[in-house]
Amino acid sequence: MAAAATGGRVPILLFTDIDEPGLNTLEVYERRGGYQSLRKALQMTPEEVLEQLKASGIRGRGGAGFAMGTKVSFLPKGTMDKYLVCNADESEPGTFKDRELMQKTPHTLIEGIIIAAHAAGTNRSFIYIRGEYVLQADMLDAALNEAREAGYIGENILDSGLSLSLVVHRGAGAYICGEETGLLDSLEGKRGNPRLKPPFPAVQGLYQGPTLINNVETLATVPAIVAMGGEEYAKLGVETSTGTKLVSVSGHVQRPGNYEIELGIPSREIIYGLAGGPAEGRKVKCWFPGGSSSPVLKEEDLDVPYDFNSLAGAGSMLGSGAIIVVDDATPILDVAMKTAKFYRHESCGKCTPCREGTNWTVKMLERIDLGEATPMDLEIMASVQEHIIGNCLCVLGDAMAMPIGSMIAKFKDEFEAHMEAARMRNVNGAAASDTALAAQGALEEPPGTLLAHQPGGEQAPGAHEGAPGTHRGGI
Amino acid sequence: MSTPEEEIVEFAEEMEVRAADTDVRMPVTRFAHGSRVPGWDLPADLEKDPAEIPDPATTPVPEDLRAEIEGHLAKYPDRRSAALPALAAAQRVHGWCSPEAIEQVACVMRVTPAYLDSVATFYDMLETNPVGRHSVYVCTNISCSLCGADELYEAVRNAAGEDSDFNVRAFECLGACDIAPMASVDGIYVGPLTLADVPQLLDDIRAGRPVLPEKQLARRLVADPHANSQEFPLHPAEGGS
Repeated sequence: MAAAATGGRVPILLFTDIDEPGLNTLEVYERRGGYQSLRKALQMTPEEVLEQLKASGIRGRGGAGFAMGTKVSFLPKGTMDKYLVCNADESEPGTFKDRELMQKTPHTLIEGIIIAAHAAGTNRSFIYIRGEYVLQADMLDAALNEAREAGYIGENILDSGLSLSLVVHRGAGAYICGEETGLLDSLEGKRGNPRLKPPFPAVQGLYQGPTLINNVETLATVPAIVAMGGEEYAKLGVETSTGTKLVSVSGHVQRPGNYEIELGIPSREIIYGLAGGPAEGRKVKCWFPGGSSSPVLKEEDLDVPYDFNSLAGAGSMLGSGAIIVVDDATPILDVAMKTAKFYRHESCGKCTPCREGTNWTVKMLERIDLGEATPMDLEIMASVQEHIIGNCLCVLGDAMAMPIGSMIAKFKDEFEAHMEAARMRNVNGAAASDTALAAQGALEEPPGTLLAHQPGGEQAPGAHEGAPGTHRGGI
Repeated sequence: MSTPEEEIVEFAEEMEVRAADTDVRMPVTRFAHGSRVPGWDLPADLEKDPAEIPDPATTPVPEDLRAEIEGHLAKYPDRRSAALPALAAAQRVHGWCSPEAIEQVACVMRVTPAYLDSVATFYDMLETNPVGRHSVYVCTNISCSLCGADELYEAVRNAAGEDSDFNVRAFECLGACDIAPMASVDGIYVGPLTLADVPQLLDDIRAGRPVLPEKQLARRLVADPHANSQEFPLHPAEGGS
């Protein structure tokens, strides 16, 4: 709003001249004022840096939206091994903001990690980057080597007495490793199964030590906060959602990509103003405001301000800041099916409601598509979603239940119409082929009844999604 | 009455037939004991001792691989943390996480092969079956499929055909929805792809050329019009890569 009101330039903190050639190198980064925030932060005590972070009001950019300053303050004091883990396992469908940051300005992230480590008193840090991001991990590794040689990482950084090690750890393709405790298990070299909370990672995390886990974008914002001061940063955005946010817009828009926005601007301005909206003649049918895990909103919600609390008020969430736009030519069943199949594939299988709930939701959606469902199936499906939410160790199950639940609630008529159309197709199709085949005298049992004998949508185990290496393999 | 071993073979054959064409809906066959999965009710083979940590004296490990794994081990406070990078390194050497590869990693890491098996079967990028040496991951998640990724995947799969050099997989969101529909070819992101790009994509891989250079993600500028205060040409560091 503020930017629109002033008619001036949108405040750009993270994307400033991000395409400048060589910004990924230390030389260019330092020429542009890089690592000055670190020097400033090292002049301050950890408490003072923490105060700045708290004053900034910045909330976690990974999905949960927890206030970063508060999270840092949860770490116990005292001398012991404490860990800082940067969550760069950006796997939420629709999200690709961290990729842009790590690829083009990796030093911003490294600087943010050092400052956060100073504030939290951690001495070991890790960047857990998803294995698919090969180029980005290489960029980070190169930047890390430069930073180490320049004395920003290691013992006694810039003669401040602060020591910090940093390791870039590459994952191997599992959505669940973006969940903080699943990530910790994976970083310890195990299968990425989430842990029971409490104890929270701040108390007992990596290697059972106190651990601070933050998203790439959150940590990359820290240098900007220190440079401008927490209170100045808090003037950006709206009261409960301060600062700027990177949003990744994708799906049916004309200019998909990453945009840095000031929190609180109308969502319409992002989808239509920045990303160009759906193609000519198409309308927005629904949109995910925060990755595929967020409940969908409809066209009439486009004027909701894009910030944490307003979106929560509209019944959805800001999540990772990934807007996926679906236009009116797409059947809602396809969207639901894609979403549900993804979570079925990625469920780690530890908790029953999620493992079974995702599986049965896909089966029921397939029944609808095959015309074998009854209207009651929609109610059953909705109740399955309700029984997943809040009943698992992590929120992966919820992440399917919320969008699917919202689709059933908001597009009930369309689901029912689809169901009826598919059923009629079966009846007519069967009748048509019956007469054709009966004329040839080749049919003893109508094919329609054969189909009905099959359990709806049963799929060969391991055949789903064409991914033989699935970690659910062997079911 | 067939033996459990024969059942397993039959089951595997049938699964292959089904995997070849997922569109064909077949009734689910069940075994006499009611299970769809053979062998679940068979006891573990108690005659056989579990595999122990391999003996370095009898397990030859390529020198490069050993050095790389030891490098990873040195980075972490707990040696098990090196499991993922070590398995990835072994996969680069062997093409997949073969029993031999797992044995070698286990030998250097001083853990049991079963432990590494448990890790390798969890992660999508670690292959527990032999695969082609060029991986083509086509993203078929929501944003890409809205832009036609399913047709793209079919086209790539058909074009690759029986060529055993290719490991074409439909993959979950690869984090590049701005270039949807896209694919990751041996780790290099390319997009947005059209069906017309598919022949060149495969030809480039076969010839060992950079894949569709003009469509590589590394060359793409940020979409935000406010981000850059001036027009920048391509990153010199990325233009050629």
